Amino acid sequence: MAYSEKVVEHYQNPRNVGSFGASNEVKERNDIGVGIVGAPECGDVMQLQIKVDDDGMIEDAKFKCFGCGSAIASSSLATEWIKGRSVDDALKIKNTAIVEELSLPPVKIHCSVLAEDSIRSAIADYKKKNGVADHDHDHDHDHDHDHDHDH
Amino acid sequence: MTLDLPIYMDNASTTRTDPRVLEAMLPFFLDTYGNPSSRNHSFGWAAEDGVDNARRQVADLIGAGPKEIIWTSGATEANNLAIKGAARMYAKAPAGQTGRGHIITAIHEHKAVIDPCKRLEREGFDVTWLEPGADGLITADMVAGAMRDDTILVSIMWANNEIGTINEVPEIGALCHERKAIFHTDGTQWVGKMPTDVEADNIDLLSFSGHKLYGPNGVGALYVRRRRPRVRLEAMLDGGGHERGMRSGTLNVPGIVGMGMACEIAGREMEAEGERLLKLRQHMERSLVDAIDVVQVNGHPDKRLPNLTNISFGFVEGESLMMGVKDIACSSGSACTSASLEPSYVLKALGVGDDLAHSSLRMSFGRWTTAEEVDYAIENIINAVNHLRSMSPLYDLHNEGIDISTIQWQSH
Repeated sequence: MAYSEKVVEHYQNPRNVGSFGASNEVKERNDIGVGIVGAPECGDVMQLQIKVDDDGMIEDAKFKCFGCGSAIASSSLATEWIKGRSVDDALKIKNTAIVEELSLPPVKIHCSVLAEDSIRSAIADYKKKNGVADHDHDHDHDHDHDHDHDH
Repeated sequence: MTLDLPIYMDNASTTRTDPRVLEAMLPFFLDTYGNPSSRNHSFGWAAEDGVDNARRQVADLIGAGPKEIIWTSGATEANNLAIKGAARMYAKAPAGQTGRGHIITAIHEHKAVIDPCKRLEREGFDVTWLEPGADGLITADMVAGAMRDDTILVSIMWANNEIGTINEVPEIGALCHERKAIFHTDGTQWVGKMPTDVEADNIDLLSFSGHKLYGPNGVGALYVRRRRPRVRLEAMLDGGGHERGMRSGTLNVPGIVGMGMACEIAGREMEAEGERLLKLRQHMERSLVDAIDVVQVNGHPDKRLPNLTNISFGFVEGESLMMGVKDIACSSGSACTSASLEPSYVLKALGVGDDLAHSSLRMSFGRWTTAEEVDYAIENIINAVNHLRSMSPLYDLHNEGIDISTIQWQSH
């Protein structure tokens, strides 16, 4: 399969790889939200950590990804896009924008879905820790599930 | 010395045609292009001579007689002809009925064996699907345990195409002869790499292919035993009655001549070649196991082909690993480039977990693989695994002492 140049570039030079500490430490910190989505047997797991300041702005983000090149690029791109945004603003990022930016083929759309889910999941975790009502609870998932990926 | 990239390490898929093979083939395109069935002119005679010579070359490689070689389009056709042809010929009840006879095969055979057996199952035959242990080995004891009075056919591959494990073929063959069952083995990965003697190895039907042994694509052979017992097959292709009526169709003369030459060369060179490739394989396996933790060489520790290795790397994903080793042309145990997310059914049959099955590489060396190429591949793989692990959340969990199989993953 031929990957787009952008996917290859993110794969070779992933942005914001890492975490804000060991998983048990991060769990205790209210300024950090963690989202882990996917499953090893499906071939992709994304972990997104966001560090949120007092004004609800995402000041930093780190990812780790077990997955194909498109999954790595999708999560790398997601960290770039959410940094500097408010948590509510970050929720507006749709997987279709990731698909477009990285020129993902149809079989790789699930990677972008996973990246969107990791953003939602990290923000939900942050909100839960901080007692913020999660307006996104009904999960208006209008993202593009039109792919032959059967989780 | 600079290396030419990419490096070809997928010889179990197909091999480069040996230039000596190509040279032998060329006159049969341009000069002696007759049809060997044309018995009344010199073009036909010359083509027939070429085919007869190739038949001898192929037969010599496996200890058979020339009349026992049936030309096919490749190993898939040879497997189909052997399995369906024998089952239908030796069926104990006519088509349309059940109880037509019992067949033994294994769940990690090549699809070209599995699918014909599944078809026969639908046609009223009973099939026992043997399951290997973690080493992938099918033993004579396993086959003996599945034998029934109505067993008509046993089909067990000689060496597995994904993991290289070598099954107990001579022993299984002896058992089949004792129990009066026909024994077929898919020798696609074996013949031309390892010494073959259909007499000593007790084989009735043996499939193999030209393009796996440095011959051309589109030609293969089925060995069909003529004595003790004389094996009969129902033909799949009807027509001019070529190949003793078992496989009609004008012969692919240049391909056949090429396969003959490829077999002759293999007979002369395979011993030295096998020793050389085994050293390279062992060097690669040792280097990777030393440099990387949570790594596993799949298949049997000793009973394995010299030229093939299948290695799983924990906590990295197969397709991204392939991307990291893009200068090495090899194959992945992960099928996630295709629409299905199923990892290799062969690795699954061995009980390799889905995560490790996804992240496995099969490297198969060949006649032109050099030590420099192997060293390059080793370094490239180590770098790619380290790069991916620096990104892998699963590797972090592992290093924190968490067993990822105990985590409730939220699949979406």
